[in-house]
Amino acid sequence: MNPSSALHAEAPAREPDAGYLLAVSDLRVRFESARGVVQAVDGVSYGVRRGETVALVGESGSGKSVSALAIMRLLPRATARVSGKVLFDGRDLLALPAAQMRALRGREIAMIFQEPMTSLNPVLSIGLQLTEPLRAHLGLSEARARQRAIELLTQVGITDPEHRLRQYPHQLSGGMRQRVMIAMALSCGPKLIIADEPTTALDVTIQAQILDLLRDLSRRLGIALILITHNLGIVARYADRVNVMYAAQLAEQAACGPLFATPQHFYTLGLLRSIPRLDRKRTARLATIEGLLPDLRELLPGCRFAPRCSARITACENAPRLAEVGPGHRSACVRANDVAAALEPAADIGARRQKAAPAPLLEIEGLKKHFGVAAGPRVEIRTPLVIAVDDVSLAIGRGETLGLVGESGCGKTTLGRLIVGLETPTSGRIRIDGRDIAGDAVHDFRGFRHKVQMVFQDPYSSLNPRMTIGGFIAEPLRVHRLAPSRAAARERVADLLGQVGLYPYMAERYPHELSGGQRQRVGIARALALEPSLIVCDEPVSALDVSIQGQVINLLESLRDRHELSLLFISHDLAVVRHICDRVAVMYLGKLVELADRDAIYDAPRHPYTRALLDAVPVPDPAIEAARRPSRLKGEIPSPLDPPAGCVFHTRCPIATERCRHEVPVLRELSPGHHAACHNIGGAAA
Amino acid sequence: MTRYLAHRLLLALPTLLGVAVLIFIMLRVVPGDIVELKLRGEGGTVTQDVVERERARLGLDKPIAAQFGDWMVGLVTLDFGKSMWTERPVVDEISLRFKLSFELAILSMLIAVAAALPLGTVSALLRDTWIDYVVRFISVAGLAMPAFWLGMLMILALLHFFNWLPPITFMPLWQDPVANLSQLIWPALAVGYRYSAVVTRMLRSSILEVMNEDYVRTARAKGMRERIVIGRHALRNALLPTTTVVGLEFAFLIGGLVVTEQVFNLNGLGKLFVQAVTRNDFTLVQGLVMLVATVSVLVNLAVDLLYAALDPRIRYR
Repeated sequence: MNPSSALHAEAPAREPDAGYLLAVSDLRVRFESARGVVQAVDGVSYGVRRGETVALVGESGSGKSVSALAIMRLLPRATARVSGKVLFDGRDLLALPAAQMRALRGREIAMIFQEPMTSLNPVLSIGLQLTEPLRAHLGLSEARARQRAIELLTQVGITDPEHRLRQYPHQLSGGMRQRVMIAMALSCGPKLIIADEPTTALDVTIQAQILDLLRDLSRRLGIALILITHNLGIVARYADRVNVMYAAQLAEQAACGPLFATPQHFYTLGLLRSIPRLDRKRTARLATIEGLLPDLRELLPGCRFAPRCSARITACENAPRLAEVGPGHRSACVRANDVAAALEPAADIGARRQKAAPAPLLEIEGLKKHFGVAAGPRVEIRTPLVIAVDDVSLAIGRGETLGLVGESGCGKTTLGRLIVGLETPTSGRIRIDGRDIAGDAVHDFRGFRHKVQMVFQDPYSSLNPRMTIGGFIAEPLRVHRLAPSRAAARERVADLLGQVGLYPYMAERYPHELSGGQRQRVGIARALALEPSLIVCDEPVSALDVSIQGQVINLLESLRDRHELSLLFISHDLAVVRHICDRVAVMYLGKLVELADRDAIYDAPRHPYTRALLDAVPVPDPAIEAARRPSRLKGEIPSPLDPPAGCVFHTRCPIATERCRHEVPVLRELSPGHHAACHNIGGAAA
Repeated sequence: MTRYLAHRLLLALPTLLGVAVLIFIMLRVVPGDIVELKLRGEGGTVTQDVVERERARLGLDKPIAAQFGDWMVGLVTLDFGKSMWTERPVVDEISLRFKLSFELAILSMLIAVAAALPLGTVSALLRDTWIDYVVRFISVAGLAMPAFWLGMLMILALLHFFNWLPPITFMPLWQDPVANLSQLIWPALAVGYRYSAVVTRMLRSSILEVMNEDYVRTARAKGMRERIVIGRHALRNALLPTTTVVGLEFAFLIGGLVVTEQVFNLNGLGKLFVQAVTRNDFTLVQGLVMLVATVSVLVNLAVDLLYAALDPRIRYR
């Protein structure tokens, strides 16, 4: 596309056509605070037609949530300056009197938020919170509102709705609460629902249930949907059209198919290439987007992605404009036409050679961990007993990476903590280098601790805010007396910082001065300080943005290869696990249900739970998503307080038989190296 | 619920026992002797023999262990003994004054809550406006000014403008409400002002915190009127931490208002406490301490029950 056509192609974006239910044009949001002015949304225009699903994709700070709140006029009036035009069904929402706007919220536009845990009021009953909008907007009587609330709960798949109305949010699971939020959003028959990361806090199987429900209901009732997410898989599965945001602006705008098939912005391309794929064999290291997201307080003129873009040219120093590059496809990249050429997958540079059966470093045998049992002999009979880890046996070879996956509450984190020695096992053995350390963990704590280290999930809360980065990394050296002098410790810290891609001067910094990705690097440096042979990584990248996640994964890989490290990689993100791990273990309610080589488990999963888990994960490719006919897992994980008898999975299993209700299946080797615990799958022959 | 109540009351027993042991030991460790004070205090001269006999009469000559035994037996049978100074039963000494102190504490609390609820709410909702500044000034002033000083100003003002002083003798509320209130309303105002300042600040900050919660945003996104967003969704959550503060302060008011009682010439527990301590009146001090401890335990229990009423996540079984 030549520059002149790019210039006048901008006009349609400013004057949205009449077919739009919602037309946002040149939306700007500025936050003014003592620490500076943040332009959180900077001239964003897009439209939503009746009944369609439009995705807003971007990393944290891209302005996607703020722009949604601006449309709803829910930003704090004292600090947020909103300008632009938001035409909804013929009215400019930004110019509407406050009372009319309030009457419209919840009735014509409803919103679903990210955290079902905190988005419902903890002290008010579900019934009250659900009937509230019905009574306020539709003027229903209490009895009629209750009747409608029961219908709504049934509609969103909640059983025993009359009982639920009397319950409070804390009595419901996360997935259940998000269903209640959806019921609330549907209650007054809105024309548009804005869902802001509606499933980020939920497990993949629940995520699939919730998003399927939202899609089916909005299609059936003709409700338009704005889906805000950072997950490109969700976009590919559910969106009709997509707006990609970067640093408060739109980078690219297209229908879902073309966006994934022929992206026209180097940022979109970078995103697509930096996420590991569930559906593909690992062929190479992840291509990453280098650098950090820009600080919205000090923006340079020109393309905001240019500093991180490998394809930048001098023209990128001019402010980019969103220009038509194809039918319904707009891009803010001056080299939009060159993106396609870069689309080819990177050469096979990082394929990992799998070693033939490495000698085991860590061996776990019959490991059990029960919580809630008093330590003394006199156990109160009614003490609730949680079986967090139930008879797990596995081994990790030297230099091997074992992935541990499962939904929340399956015991994967407890297993990791047991291995590191943060929890004492109820029974069972943990051997490192052939030495049992479960029995005498206290006795020889230090000698063992430095062999096994841990990288924690949340880089924001796992670093002491009052400790310098250097002090934090040097602490294990001091505890284990591994640095003969202060100077030696300083030198070692500088070396470690270098290894994780940080600069030695950062040793003087405090955690709040670092970005999330940098903090996670600090956590890795601390784990490395003691030269461990095994690092337990508990969801090490799940709190990070997509573009940063790729960097940290690559760092972990290169450190592993350089130091011959073994990794236990605990994650709920199955695509990341496929990318980094050699073997994968799947847990459900404290039990190991399947254990196999990486490609075996992804290409030919045997256990019905593993299959359902893989089916639930959306793949960032609309063509594949359209062809998939996944079977969804029904229901939710039973409470670990009261696990089902027999096979713990039988309550949700599509192939369960009578036998599964009574008999606990054992983990069997079905084919060399492929273990699964299920009665109803073929034996060694399969 | 009943089970929980019984459980909590049962748990209070070891607490009270601990207090009883502690106060018993502390009194006997502190130097000073009631008999010396009583007989020789104002320059009187008595023979050692008389002193010994008086000690024997009060039971102070017994070994510490025996004295402790008596104290424990007395506690279990709810017999707190007689004041060593006035020789009147401890229960009688305390009961009249307790009525006054308890009523004063209740009045102060009512005044404090009645003032703090609107002030705290308004100042949080109109944050950083002149109304907020005025409320914050008032509450900081309340924290800074001692209640007894405010009390003195009140008395001076009443005298100056109305040439009238509040009555000195305590009349129980149900006998003569007018006399009762015209005596107690002034100290209650002085004490309640400070009390309300503490509660106002707590309520203001918890409302500010709650207004940032996701569920408040949800309520607004549902199109609820601001009155409902605040009254139904925010306030009830904000009341939780505030309840704790109200309870803590209340427990202090029983027996803690020494100087204020002095200023208003009230015959309350604070005054009795100081008297008993300076006179080394062991039995009376012990009785008073047990009373204050019991009130504290009960107030804490009441706060916990209130919590459960406000927050469905807290359920006692």
